Amino acid sequence: MNDSHRDNLMPLPQPTALSRPHWDACREGVLLVQRCAQCATYVFIPQPCCTNCQSAELKWVPSSGRGRVYSYSVVHRAPRPQFKVPYIVAVIELQEGWYMLSNVLECPMDDVAIDLAVTVRFKPINDDITLPYFVPA
Amino acid sequence: MTRRASRSPLHDVVIVGAYNTRQAKQLDLDEIDVLLDAVHGALASAGLTLADVDGFNVTSSTQRLHSRQAVMLFGAQPSWTGSDIGIPAVIEAALAISAGLCQTAVIATAQVAAHRDNAKTAPWTRPGNEFVACWGLFTPAEFALMARRHMHLYGTTEQQFAEVAATIRNNGARHPQACHYGKFVTAEDVLHSRMVADPFHLLDCAMTSEGGAGLVLTSVERAQDLDVQPIYLLGGGTDKQGMAYVTAPVWDKFGQVGRRAAQQAFAQAGLTPSDVDVLELYDPFSFEVIRQLEVFGFCGPGEGGDFVMDGQLRMDGKFPAVTNGGLLSFSHAGLAQLLQKPISAVQQLRGEYPPELTVKDARVALTSNGGSGALFTDVLLLGTQRAAA
Repeated sequence: MNDSHRDNLMPLPQPTALSRPHWDACREGVLLVQRCAQCATYVFIPQPCCTNCQSAELKWVPSSGRGRVYSYSVVHRAPRPQFKVPYIVAVIELQEGWYMLSNVLECPMDDVAIDLAVTVRFKPINDDITLPYFVPA
Repeated sequence: MTRRASRSPLHDVVIVGAYNTRQAKQLDLDEIDVLLDAVHGALASAGLTLADVDGFNVTSSTQRLHSRQAVMLFGAQPSWTGSDIGIPAVIEAALAISAGLCQTAVIATAQVAAHRDNAKTAPWTRPGNEFVACWGLFTPAEFALMARRHMHLYGTTEQQFAEVAATIRNNGARHPQACHYGKFVTAEDVLHSRMVADPFHLLDCAMTSEGGAGLVLTSVERAQDLDVQPIYLLGGGTDKQGMAYVTAPVWDKFGQVGRRAAQQAFAQAGLTPSDVDVLELYDPFSFEVIRQLEVFGFCGPGEGGDFVMDGQLRMDGKFPAVTNGGLLSFSHAGLAQLLQKPISAVQQLRGEYPPELTVKDARVALTSNGGSGALFTDVLLLGTQRAAA
Protein backbone atom coordinates (compact mmCIF):
# COMPACT_ATOMS: atom_id res chain seq x y z
CA MET A 1 0.00 0.00 0.00
CA ASN A 2 1.95 2.94 -1.17
CA ASP A 3 1.13 6.02 -3.18
CA SER A 4 1.34 4.06 -6.38
CA HIS A 5 -1.92 2.37 -5.44
CA ARG A 6 -3.65 5.51 -6.71
CA ASP A 7 -2.37 4.65 -10.14
CA ASN A 8 -5.32 3.38 -12.14
CA LEU A 9 -3.07 0.69 -13.59
CA MET A 10 -2.92 -0.97 -10.20
CA PRO A 11 -4.90 -4.19 -9.87
CA LEU A 12 -7.50 -2.83 -7.44
CA PRO A 13 -10.41 -5.01 -6.31
CA GLN A 14 -13.54 -4.86 -8.40
CA PRO A 15 -16.17 -5.89 -5.85
CA THR A 16 -18.81 -8.38 -6.88
CA ALA A 17 -22.29 -8.82 -5.41
CA LEU A 18 -20.74 -11.50 -3.22
CA SER A 19 -17.75 -9.49 -1.99
CA ARG A 20 -19.33 -6.02 -1.84
CA PRO A 21 -20.15 -6.12 1.93
CA HIS A 22 -16.48 -6.87 2.74
CA TRP A 23 -15.16 -3.93 0.71
CA ASP A 24 -17.90 -1.55 1.89
CA ALA A 25 -17.03 -2.36 5.51
CA CYS A 26 -13.33 -1.69 4.87
CA ARG A 27 -14.36 1.86 3.97
CA GLU A 28 -15.88 2.10 7.47
CA GLY A 29 -12.75 0.64 9.11
CA VAL A 30 -14.25 -2.77 9.82
CA LEU A 31 -12.87 -6.14 8.65
CA LEU A 32 -15.96 -8.19 7.79
CA VAL A 33 -15.85 -11.95 7.28
CA GLN A 34 -18.61 -14.46 6.56
CA ARG A 35 -19.62 -16.85 9.34
CA CYS A 36 -22.03 -19.75 9.06
CA ALA A 37 -25.17 -19.38 11.21
CA GLN A 38 -25.54 -23.17 11.30
CA CYS A 39 -22.06 -24.47 12.12
CA ALA A 40 -20.14 -21.29 13.07
CA THR A 41 -17.44 -21.85 10.43
CA TYR A 42 -15.64 -18.71 9.23
CA VAL A 43 -15.62 -18.48 5.43
CA PHE A 44 -13.09 -16.44 3.48
CA ILE A 45 -12.81 -15.64 0.57
CA PRO A 46 -16.56 -14.88 0.27
CA GLN A 47 -18.70 -17.79 -0.90
CA PRO A 48 -22.42 -18.29 -1.63
CA CYS A 49 -22.63 -21.08 0.95
CA CYS A 50 -20.76 -22.43 3.96
CA THR A 51 -17.70 -24.39 2.86
CA ASN A 52 -18.17 -26.79 5.79
CA CYS A 53 -21.94 -27.57 5.79
CA GLN A 54 -23.16 -25.83 2.60
CA SER A 55 -25.76 -23.85 4.54
CA ALA A 56 -26.81 -20.69 2.74
CA GLU A 57 -27.09 -18.90 6.09
CA LEU A 58 -23.84 -16.99 6.01
CA LYS A 59 -23.75 -13.82 8.10
CA TRP A 60 -21.21 -11.02 7.75
CA VAL A 61 -19.55 -10.53 11.15
CA PRO A 62 -16.75 -8.18 12.21
CA SER A 63 -13.33 -9.72 12.81
CA SER A 64 -11.14 -8.64 15.69
CA GLY A 65 -8.61 -7.68 13.02
CA ARG A 66 -5.95 -9.19 15.27
CA GLY A 67 -3.81 -12.11 14.28
CA ARG A 68 -0.34 -13.34 13.49
CA VAL A 69 1.86 -13.74 10.46
CA TYR A 70 1.37 -17.34 9.32
CA SER A 71 3.82 -17.01 6.43
CA TYR A 72 5.42 -14.16 4.50
CA SER A 73 7.62 -13.22 1.58
CA VAL A 74 9.61 -10.06 0.98
CA VAL A 75 9.06 -9.28 -2.68
CA HIS A 76 11.95 -7.71 -4.60
CA ARG A 77 10.64 -8.15 -8.16
CA ALA A 78 7.11 -6.76 -8.46
CA PRO A 79 4.57 -8.22 -10.87
CA ARG A 80 3.96 -4.70 -12.18
CA PRO A 81 6.22 -1.66 -12.12
CA GLN A 82 3.56 0.24 -10.15
CA PHE A 83 4.45 -1.66 -6.97
CA LYS A 84 7.44 -0.21 -5.09
CA VAL A 85 9.87 -2.87 -3.89
CA PRO A 86 10.69 -4.28 -1.45
CA TYR A 87 7.35 -5.02 0.17
CA ILE A 88 6.00 -7.76 2.42
CA VAL A 89 3.18 -10.07 1.37
CA ALA A 90 1.83 -12.35 4.05
CA VAL A 91 -0.73 -14.95 4.98
CA ILE A 92 -2.39 -13.59 8.12
CA GLU A 93 -4.05 -16.02 10.52
CA LEU A 94 -6.80 -14.05 12.27
CA GLN A 95 -7.59 -14.70 15.93
CA GLU A 96 -10.91 -16.24 14.88
CA GLY A 97 -9.03 -18.93 12.94
CA TRP A 98 -9.43 -17.77 9.35
CA TYR A 99 -6.74 -16.74 6.88
CA MET A 100 -6.30 -13.89 4.45
CA LEU A 101 -3.59 -12.53 2.16
CA SER A 102 -2.42 -8.99 2.79
CA ASN A 103 0.59 -6.74 3.17
CA VAL A 104 2.52 -6.08 6.38
CA LEU A 105 3.42 -2.38 6.49
CA GLU A 106 5.08 -0.04 8.97
CA CYS A 107 7.47 -2.91 9.69
CA PRO A 108 11.20 -3.04 8.87
CA MET A 109 11.89 -5.82 6.36
CA ASP A 110 14.20 -7.55 8.83
CA ASP A 111 11.56 -7.58 11.59
CA VAL A 112 8.88 -9.57 9.79
CA ALA A 113 8.70 -13.14 11.04
CA ILE A 114 6.32 -16.04 11.32
CA ASP A 115 4.14 -15.67 14.44
CA LEU A 116 4.65 -11.88 14.53
CA ALA A 117 1.52 -10.42 16.17
CA VAL A 118 -0.25 -8.01 13.84
CA THR A 119 -3.37 -5.88 13.74
CA VAL A 120 -5.42 -4.54 10.86
CA ARG A 121 -5.31 -0.98 9.52
CA PHE A 122 -7.15 0.57 6.61
CA LYS A 123 -5.99 2.81 3.81
CA PRO A 124 -8.43 4.56 1.43
CA ILE A 125 -7.27 4.21 -2.17
CA ASN A 126 -10.18 5.93 -3.93
CA ASP A 127 -13.85 6.74 -3.24
CA ASP A 128 -14.84 3.09 -3.52
CA ILE A 129 -11.88 1.00 -2.41
CA THR A 130 -10.21 0.96 0.98
CA LEU A 131 -7.59 -1.75 1.42
CA PRO A 132 -6.99 -3.48 4.75
CA TYR A 133 -3.36 -4.11 5.68
CA PHE A 134 -1.56 -5.25 8.82
CA VAL A 135 1.02 -3.69 11.12
CA PRO A 136 2.96 -5.13 14.06
CA ALA A 137 0.64 -5.16 17.09
CA MET B 1 7.46 -54.90 -9.59
CA THR B 2 7.24 -55.11 -5.83
CA ARG B 3 3.49 -55.44 -5.48
CA ARG B 4 0.64 -56.57 -7.64
CA ALA B 5 -0.76 -53.79 -9.81
CA SER B 6 -4.46 -53.06 -9.50
CA ARG B 7 -6.52 -53.34 -12.67
CA SER B 8 -6.58 -50.00 -14.47
CA PRO B 9 -7.77 -49.07 -17.95
CA LEU B 10 -4.62 -46.95 -18.16
CA HIS B 11 -2.69 -50.21 -18.58
CA ASP B 12 -4.33 -50.77 -21.98
CA VAL B 13 -2.76 -47.61 -23.39
CA VAL B 14 0.75 -46.62 -24.46
CA ILE B 15 2.54 -43.46 -25.54
CA VAL B 16 4.01 -44.00 -29.00
CA GLY B 17 4.94 -40.43 -29.97
CA ALA B 18 6.65 -37.64 -28.01
CA TYR B 19 8.02 -34.48 -29.54
CA ASN B 20 9.19 -30.99 -28.62
CA THR B 21 9.27 -28.18 -31.16
CA ARG B 22 12.17 -25.78 -30.97
CA GLN B 23 12.06 -23.92 -27.65
CA ALA B 24 13.44 -20.41 -27.19
CA LYS B 25 13.09 -17.30 -25.07
CA GLN B 26 11.34 -15.85 -28.13
CA LEU B 27 10.46 -17.69 -31.33
CA ASP B 28 10.30 -15.83 -34.61
CA LEU B 29 7.39 -18.02 -35.70
CA ASP B 30 3.61 -17.84 -35.70
CA GLU B 31 1.99 -19.79 -32.90
CA ILE B 32 -0.06 -21.82 -35.39
CA ASP B 33 3.09 -22.89 -37.23
CA VAL B 34 4.60 -24.06 -33.95
CA LEU B 35 1.38 -25.93 -33.16
CA LEU B 36 1.39 -27.64 -36.56
CA ASP B 37 5.02 -28.63 -35.99
CA ALA B 38 4.06 -30.07 -32.59
CA VAL B 39 1.28 -32.21 -34.11
CA HIS B 40 3.24 -33.40 -37.15
CA GLY B 41 6.41 -33.95 -35.12
CA ALA B 42 4.61 -36.03 -32.50
CA LEU B 43 2.95 -38.14 -35.21
CA ALA B 44 6.25 -38.59 -37.08
CA SER B 45 7.94 -39.79 -33.89
CA ALA B 46 5.21 -42.45 -33.66
CA GLY B 47 5.49 -43.43 -37.32
CA LEU B 48 1.90 -42.31 -37.85
CA THR B 49 0.07 -39.77 -40.00
CA LEU B 50 -3.02 -37.62 -39.45
CA ALA B 51 -5.09 -40.31 -41.16
CA ASP B 52 -4.37 -42.59 -38.20
CA VAL B 53 -5.70 -40.13 -35.62
CA ASP B 54 -9.30 -40.19 -34.39
CA GLY B 55 -8.77 -38.43 -31.06
CA PHE B 56 -7.65 -34.79 -30.73
CA ASN B 57 -6.65 -32.52 -27.87
CA VAL B 58 -4.89 -29.69 -29.71
CA THR B 59 -4.75 -26.13 -28.34
CA SER B 60 -2.75 -22.93 -28.43
CA SER B 61 -2.31 -20.46 -25.57
CA THR B 62 -1.91 -16.95 -26.95
CA GLN B 63 -4.42 -17.35 -29.77
CA ARG B 64 -6.67 -19.31 -27.41
CA LEU B 65 -7.37 -22.02 -29.94
CA HIS B 66 -9.35 -24.86 -28.35
CA SER B 67 -9.62 -28.40 -29.61
CA ARG B 68 -12.85 -28.08 -31.53
CA GLN B 69 -11.37 -25.13 -33.44
CA ALA B 70 -8.01 -26.82 -33.89
CA VAL B 71 -9.42 -29.91 -35.61
CA MET B 72 -10.56 -27.61 -38.41
CA LEU B 73 -6.90 -26.84 -39.20
CA PHE B 74 -6.55 -30.49 -40.12
CA GLY B 75 -9.93 -31.01 -41.76
CA ALA B 76 -10.34 -33.68 -39.14
CA GLN B 77 -13.56 -35.28 -37.94
CA PRO B 78 -12.39 -37.03 -34.76
CA SER B 79 -14.60 -39.41 -32.83
CA TRP B 80 -13.22 -37.93 -29.58
CA THR B 81 -12.05 -34.45 -28.57
CA GLY B 82 -10.24 -33.83 -25.29
CA SER B 83 -10.43 -30.79 -23.06
CA ASP B 84 -7.98 -31.21 -20.18
CA ILE B 85 -4.35 -30.03 -19.96
CA GLY B 86 -1.01 -31.58 -19.09
CA ILE B 87 -0.90 -34.93 -17.31
CA PRO B 88 -4.72 -34.96 -16.85
CA ALA B 89 -4.97 -34.62 -20.65
CA VAL B 90 -2.83 -37.74 -21.03
CA ILE B 91 -5.01 -39.63 -18.54
CA GLU B 92 -8.19 -38.33 -20.21
CA ALA B 93 -7.03 -39.46 -23.65
CA ALA B 94 -5.94 -42.84 -22.30
CA LEU B 95 -9.36 -43.40 -20.73
CA ALA B 96 -11.04 -42.42 -24.03
CA ILE B 97 -8.89 -44.98 -25.86
CA SER B 98 -9.50 -47.73 -23.32
CA ALA B 99 -13.24 -46.98 -23.43
CA GLY B 100 -13.24 -47.29 -27.21
CA LEU B 101 -14.15 -43.65 -27.91
CA CYS B 102 -11.11 -43.39 -30.15
CA GLN B 103 -8.09 -45.53 -31.01
CA THR B 104 -5.23 -43.08 -31.47
CA ALA B 105 -5.09 -39.63 -29.92
CA VAL B 106 -2.76 -36.69 -30.44
CA ILE B 107 -2.26 -34.15 -27.64
CA ALA B 108 -0.43 -31.00 -28.67
CA THR B 109 -0.16 -27.37 -27.68
CA ALA B 110 1.97 -24.28 -28.32
CA GLN B 111 2.59 -20.81 -26.95
CA VAL B 112 4.28 -17.93 -28.74
CA ALA B 113 4.37 -14.19 -27.94
CA ALA B 114 2.38 -14.39 -24.70
CA HIS B 115 4.99 -12.38 -22.78
CA ARG B 116 6.98 -9.60 -24.42
CA ASP B 117 6.63 -6.79 -21.80
CA ASN B 118 9.64 -7.18 -19.52
CA ALA B 119 8.55 -4.31 -17.26
CA LYS B 120 5.96 -6.75 -15.91
CA THR B 121 6.31 -10.34 -14.91
CA ALA B 122 4.79 -12.91 -17.28
CA PRO B 123 1.00 -12.47 -17.55
CA TRP B 124 0.29 -16.02 -16.34
CA THR B 125 2.13 -15.22 -13.09
CA ARG B 126 -0.13 -12.25 -12.28
CA PRO B 127 -3.38 -13.29 -10.59
CA GLY B 128 -6.41 -11.08 -11.15
CA ASN B 129 -8.44 -12.02 -8.10
CA GLU B 130 -9.73 -9.21 -5.87
CA PHE B 131 -8.33 -10.86 -2.70
CA VAL B 132 -4.89 -11.52 -4.21
CA ALA B 133 -3.76 -9.06 -6.88
CA CYS B 134 -3.98 -5.84 -4.83
CA TRP B 135 -1.28 -7.04 -2.41
CA GLY B 136 1.30 -7.45 -5.13
CA LEU B 137 1.00 -11.23 -5.06
CA PHE B 138 2.24 -13.17 -8.05
CA THR B 139 3.24 -16.76 -8.63
CA PRO B 140 6.72 -16.69 -7.06
CA ALA B 141 5.33 -15.00 -3.94
CA GLU B 142 2.46 -17.50 -3.69
CA PHE B 143 4.92 -20.40 -3.77
CA ALA B 144 7.33 -18.51 -1.48
CA LEU B 145 4.59 -18.38 1.18
CA MET B 146 4.53 -22.20 1.11
CA ALA B 147 8.32 -22.51 1.11
CA ARG B 148 8.71 -20.06 4.02
CA ARG B 149 6.27 -22.07 6.14
CA HIS B 150 8.18 -25.27 5.34
CA MET B 151 11.45 -23.59 6.39
CA HIS B 152 9.79 -22.52 9.65
CA LEU B 153 8.42 -25.99 10.41
CA TYR B 154 11.39 -28.11 9.36
CA GLY B 155 14.48 -25.91 9.15
CA THR B 156 14.69 -26.24 5.37
CA THR B 157 17.28 -23.84 3.94
CA GLU B 158 17.96 -21.71 0.89
CA GLN B 159 21.12 -23.79 0.38
CA GLN B 160 18.91 -26.86 -0.08
CA PHE B 161 16.75 -25.00 -2.60
CA ALA B 162 19.94 -23.92 -4.42
CA GLU B 163 21.19 -27.51 -4.62
CA VAL B 164 17.93 -28.50 -6.35
CA ALA B 165 18.04 -25.56 -8.75
CA ALA B 166 21.69 -26.12 -9.67
CA THR B 167 21.16 -29.86 -10.21
CA ILE B 168 18.24 -29.27 -12.57
CA ARG B 169 19.85 -26.34 -14.38
CA ASN B 170 23.01 -28.35 -15.01
CA ASN B 171 20.90 -31.05 -16.70
CA GLY B 172 19.45 -28.40 -19.00
CA ALA B 173 22.94 -27.08 -19.66
CA ARG B 174 23.74 -30.50 -21.19
CA HIS B 175 20.50 -30.78 -23.21
CA PRO B 176 21.00 -29.42 -26.73
CA GLN B 177 17.30 -28.44 -27.06
CA ALA B 178 17.18 -26.54 -23.75
CA CYS B 179 16.77 -22.76 -23.81
CA HIS B 180 19.63 -22.51 -21.31
CA TYR B 181 21.88 -25.03 -23.06
CA GLY B 182 25.48 -24.50 -21.98
CA LYS B 183 24.55 -22.40 -18.95
CA PHE B 184 26.03 -24.33 -16.04
CA VAL B 185 25.49 -22.91 -12.54
CA THR B 186 26.63 -23.75 -9.03
CA ALA B 187 24.52 -23.64 -5.89
CA GLU B 188 26.53 -20.53 -4.99
CA ASP B 189 25.43 -18.92 -8.26
CA VAL B 190 21.80 -19.60 -7.30
CA LEU B 191 22.28 -18.08 -3.85
CA HIS B 192 23.97 -15.01 -5.33
CA SER B 193 21.35 -14.41 -8.01
CA ARG B 194 19.05 -11.49 -7.24
CA MET B 195 16.15 -12.04 -4.87
CA VAL B 196 12.72 -12.27 -6.53
CA ALA B 197 10.37 -13.21 -3.70
CA ASP B 198 12.21 -14.20 -0.54
CA PRO B 199 13.32 -17.02 -0.12
CA PHE B 200 13.40 -17.50 -3.92
CA HIS B 201 16.31 -16.10 -5.87
CA LEU B 202 16.04 -15.63 -9.63
CA LEU B 203 17.68 -18.99 -10.35
CA ASP B 204 15.21 -20.79 -8.04
CA CYS B 205 12.40 -19.71 -10.39
CA ALA B 206 11.09 -21.06 -13.69
CA MET B 207 12.14 -19.24 -16.82
CA THR B 208 9.77 -17.88 -19.47
CA SER B 209 9.97 -19.11 -23.04
CA GLU B 210 8.06 -20.08 -26.16
CA GLY B 211 7.50 -23.39 -27.90
CA GLY B 212 5.25 -26.36 -28.42
CA ALA B 213 5.02 -30.04 -27.63
CA GLY B 214 3.01 -33.10 -28.59
CA LEU B 215 2.26 -36.67 -27.53
CA VAL B 216 0.57 -39.55 -29.34
CA LEU B 217 -1.29 -42.28 -27.46
CA THR B 218 -2.80 -45.49 -28.76
CA SER B 219 -3.91 -48.89 -27.54
CA VAL B 220 -1.40 -51.58 -26.58
CA GLU B 221 -2.80 -53.68 -29.44
CA ARG B 222 -2.48 -50.97 -32.06
CA ALA B 223 1.07 -50.20 -30.92
CA GLN B 224 2.16 -53.72 -31.78
CA ASP B 225 1.85 -52.76 -35.46
CA LEU B 226 4.14 -49.75 -35.05
CA ASP B 227 7.91 -49.67 -35.40
CA VAL B 228 8.49 -47.69 -32.19
CA GLN B 229 9.12 -48.61 -28.57
CA PRO B 230 5.84 -48.12 -26.68
CA ILE B 231 5.95 -46.51 -23.24
CA TYR B 232 3.29 -47.90 -20.91
CA LEU B 233 1.00 -45.96 -18.61
CA LEU B 234 1.40 -47.59 -15.20
CA GLY B 235 -0.76 -45.36 -13.03
CA GLY B 236 -1.97 -41.83 -12.50
CA GLY B 237 -3.72 -39.44 -10.15
CA THR B 238 -5.01 -35.88 -10.33
CA ASP B 239 -5.23 -33.96 -7.08
CA LYS B 240 -7.02 -30.60 -7.29
CA GLN B 241 -7.95 -28.56 -4.22
CA GLY B 242 -9.66 -25.51 -5.67
CA MET B 243 -8.80 -22.59 -7.90
CA ALA B 244 -5.21 -21.40 -8.00
CA TYR B 245 -4.36 -17.88 -6.85
CA VAL B 246 -7.71 -16.83 -5.34
CA THR B 247 -7.22 -17.85 -1.72
CA ALA B 248 -4.39 -17.76 0.80
CA PRO B 249 -1.83 -20.56 0.20
CA VAL B 250 -2.01 -22.05 3.69
CA TRP B 251 0.52 -24.88 4.17
CA ASP B 252 -1.62 -26.75 6.74
CA LYS B 253 -4.52 -26.91 4.28
CA PHE B 254 -2.78 -27.40 0.95
CA GLY B 255 0.84 -28.39 1.59
CA GLN B 256 0.16 -32.10 1.05
CA VAL B 257 -1.50 -31.70 -2.34
CA GLY B 258 -0.37 -34.54 -4.60
CA ARG B 259 0.09 -37.12 -1.84
CA ARG B 260 -3.18 -38.80 -2.81
CA ALA B 261 -2.35 -38.60 -6.53
CA ALA B 262 0.96 -40.38 -5.97
CA GLN B 263 -0.65 -43.00 -3.75
CA GLN B 264 -3.24 -43.72 -6.44
CA ALA B 265 -0.58 -43.89 -9.16
CA PHE B 266 1.67 -46.23 -7.19
CA ALA B 267 -1.29 -48.47 -6.23
CA GLN B 268 -2.38 -48.79 -9.86
CA ALA B 269 1.18 -49.56 -10.90
CA GLY B 270 1.90 -51.98 -8.05
CA LEU B 271 5.06 -50.00 -7.35
CA THR B 272 6.62 -48.01 -4.54
CA PRO B 273 8.92 -44.97 -4.73
CA SER B 274 12.00 -47.21 -4.48
CA ASP B 275 11.02 -48.76 -7.85
CA VAL B 276 11.31 -45.42 -9.66
CA ASP B 277 14.41 -44.89 -11.80
CA VAL B 278 13.92 -41.28 -12.91
CA LEU B 279 11.89 -38.33 -11.56
CA GLU B 280 10.54 -35.89 -14.12
CA LEU B 281 9.17 -33.67 -11.34
CA TYR B 282 7.37 -30.39 -11.88
CA ASP B 283 9.84 -27.63 -11.06
CA PRO B 284 8.21 -24.19 -11.12
CA PHE B 285 10.37 -23.32 -8.10
CA SER B 286 13.21 -25.27 -6.52
CA PHE B 287 11.31 -25.78 -3.26
CA GLU B 288 8.47 -27.63 -5.01
CA VAL B 289 10.85 -30.48 -5.84
CA ILE B 290 11.65 -30.89 -2.14
CA ARG B 291 7.95 -30.80 -1.29
CA GLN B 292 7.09 -33.42 -3.90
CA LEU B 293 9.78 -35.80 -2.63
CA GLU B 294 8.00 -35.69 0.72
CA VAL B 295 4.39 -35.98 -0.41
CA PHE B 296 5.15 -38.61 -3.05
CA GLY B 297 6.75 -40.78 -0.37
CA PHE B 298 10.44 -40.63 -1.33
CA CYS B 299 11.18 -39.34 2.16
CA GLY B 300 9.28 -38.38 5.29
CA PRO B 301 7.64 -35.03 6.08
CA GLY B 302 10.29 -32.35 6.52
CA GLU B 303 13.09 -34.61 5.26
CA GLY B 304 13.16 -33.30 1.68
CA GLY B 305 15.87 -30.73 2.33
CA ASP B 306 18.35 -33.24 3.73
CA PHE B 307 17.35 -35.73 1.01
CA VAL B 308 18.47 -33.45 -1.81
CA MET B 309 21.77 -32.53 -0.10
CA ASP B 310 22.89 -36.14 -0.44
CA GLY B 311 23.11 -35.59 -4.20
CA GLN B 312 20.38 -38.16 -4.81
CA LEU B 313 18.74 -36.04 -7.53
CA ARG B 314 21.90 -35.67 -9.60
CA MET B 315 22.47 -37.74 -12.73
CA ASP B 316 24.74 -40.08 -10.76
CA GLY B 317 22.39 -40.22 -7.77
CA LYS B 318 19.73 -42.77 -6.86
CA PHE B 319 16.85 -40.64 -8.23
CA PRO B 320 18.02 -38.48 -11.16
CA ALA B 321 15.50 -35.64 -11.41
CA VAL B 322 14.26 -33.34 -14.17
CA THR B 323 16.73 -34.75 -16.64
CA ASN B 324 15.83 -32.32 -19.46
CA GLY B 325 16.44 -29.23 -17.31
CA GLY B 326 12.75 -28.62 -16.72
CA LEU B 327 11.02 -25.30 -16.27
CA LEU B 328 14.22 -23.86 -14.82
CA SER B 329 16.39 -24.46 -17.88
CA PHE B 330 14.72 -26.45 -20.70
CA SER B 331 11.57 -24.40 -21.34
CA HIS B 332 8.43 -23.01 -19.71
CA ALA B 333 6.01 -22.28 -22.53
CA GLY B 334 2.26 -22.16 -22.01
CA LEU B 335 0.72 -25.57 -21.57
CA ALA B 336 3.51 -27.30 -23.51
CA GLN B 337 5.71 -27.34 -20.41
CA LEU B 338 3.11 -29.53 -18.66
CA LEU B 339 3.35 -32.10 -21.47
CA GLN B 340 7.14 -31.89 -21.44
CA LYS B 341 7.27 -33.86 -18.18
CA PRO B 342 5.85 -37.07 -19.74
CA ILE B 343 7.72 -36.27 -22.97
CA SER B 344 11.04 -36.18 -21.13
CA ALA B 345 10.12 -39.44 -19.39
CA VAL B 346 9.33 -41.13 -22.72
CA GLN B 347 12.58 -39.95 -24.29
CA GLN B 348 14.52 -41.00 -21.19
CA LEU B 349 12.89 -44.47 -21.05
CA ARG B 350 13.54 -44.96 -24.76
CA GLY B 351 17.21 -44.16 -24.25
CA GLU B 352 17.08 -41.19 -26.60
CA TYR B 353 19.03 -38.75 -24.43
CA PRO B 354 22.72 -37.94 -24.86
CA PRO B 355 24.94 -40.25 -22.78
CA GLU B 356 25.61 -37.66 -20.06
CA LEU B 357 21.84 -37.28 -19.50
CA THR B 358 20.93 -40.95 -19.80
CA VAL B 359 19.71 -42.82 -16.74
CA LYS B 360 21.11 -46.26 -17.43
CA ASP B 361 18.57 -49.08 -17.66
CA ALA B 362 15.72 -46.77 -16.63
CA ARG B 363 12.44 -48.71 -16.60
CA VAL B 364 10.08 -46.59 -14.50
CA ALA B 365 9.65 -42.81 -14.55
CA LEU B 366 7.51 -40.64 -12.30
CA THR B 367 6.19 -37.42 -13.87
CA SER B 368 4.25 -34.61 -12.23
CA ASN B 369 2.52 -31.29 -12.87
CA GLY B 370 1.40 -28.53 -10.53
CA GLY B 371 2.44 -27.34 -7.11
CA SER B 372 1.35 -26.34 -3.66
CA GLY B 373 1.08 -22.64 -4.47
CA ALA B 374 -1.33 -23.50 -7.27
CA LEU B 375 -3.38 -25.97 -5.18
CA PHE B 376 -3.00 -28.92 -7.55
CA THR B 377 -0.55 -31.72 -8.26
CA ASP B 378 -0.96 -34.47 -10.86
CA VAL B 379 1.13 -37.63 -11.12
CA LEU B 380 1.71 -40.08 -13.97
CA LEU B 381 3.90 -43.19 -13.78
CA LEU B 382 5.36 -44.45 -17.06
CA GLY B 383 7.35 -47.57 -17.79
CA THR B 384 9.04 -49.71 -20.39
CA GLN B 385 6.89 -52.71 -19.44
CA ARG B 386 3.16 -53.15 -18.94
CA ALA B 387 1.98 -53.12 -15.31
CA ALA B 388 1.88 -56.65 -13.92
CA ALA B 389 -1.80 -57.09 -13.03
